[in-house]
Amino acid sequence: MPESAADMVRPQVALQVMTDLNRTETALLAELESLGRMVAAAKEEIAAMRVENVDATHLPAATDELDEVVRSTADAANEILDVCETLENLQPKLDSEAADTVATCVTRIYEACAFQDITGQRIGKVVNALKQIEQRVRETTGRYARSSALPARHAPARTEGERLANGPQPTAAASSQAEIDALLASFD
Amino acid sequence: MDKNTNVLIVDDYKTMLRIIRNLLKQLDFNNVEEATDGQEALSKLRAGNFGLVISDWNMEPMTGLDLLKEVRADARLKSIPFIMITAESKTENVVAARAAGVSNYIVKPFNAETLRDKIEKVMAHA
Repeated sequence: MPESAADMVRPQVALQVMTDLNRTETALLAELESLGRMVAAAKEEIAAMRVENVDATHLPAATDELDEVVRSTADAANEILDVCETLENLQPKLDSEAADTVATCVTRIYEACAFQDITGQRIGKVVNALKQIEQRVRETTGRYARSSALPARHAPARTEGERLANGPQPTAAASSQAEIDALLASFD
Repeated sequence: MDKNTNVLIVDDYKTMLRIIRNLLKQLDFNNVEEATDGQEALSKLRAGNFGLVISDWNMEPMTGLDLLKEVRADARLKSIPFIMITAESKTENVVAARAAGVSNYIVKPFNAETLRDKIEKVMAHA
């Protein structure tokens, strides 16, 4: 039975498709090989990095320093509060006008001393960030330098209160008391 | 406003507890107890007889929001006025606190006038 024109063309098309595929595969393989070389080089570079000082000394020292800042400001704030309480105890011995002035001044000092809470929380956020970096550095260097299996990290389940506990916002992003009052009023 | 009411203040910063206690003293609230996290506060609330809670949000092991939820879920405690004093000023925080039943919300840093105003408001509705 004579072959149709279509039957004669089919093998040629198949050959062309195979040739095109081989070209694509060859290009892909070359890309993969190149990527593999880059990954191997990166691994060697990471393994050769001297990060021991970062995760063993620099980062812990930085967090210790920040903890010390929090302690020092707390001590200072408490010292100021001691003095305020002494002044308040003097009020009954003062005349009315002087007592009122002392009360007003002491109240302003109390309000100002709240800085220690805010700065403490901000510094706490920085300390947590440093600890995260320390952990990542340790994991990365451990993975490439010693090829030891790292334990999987399981984030503990968090409550809504914990998820939303982000500490003080940057001043530009923080809501004012007036904005919060307006938001609460909008629910009534 | 009953100045003899027992007030529980909750904050993990001792300095802040001291500041709030002193400001409350200026407002003639002298029956003030302290707790440094939500768990301790809940124990004190269940053991005592408090008429007002003033709590921070960001504490471990129990946050102020989780404390608020526990208080509102407790038949004996659920009607206690609860003021959140916190640096958490995002809208989502205020909305979550409102949904959990907060009586009022003060953002840190705050002044004595704001504290007095919010206490008067929540005690008027108590």
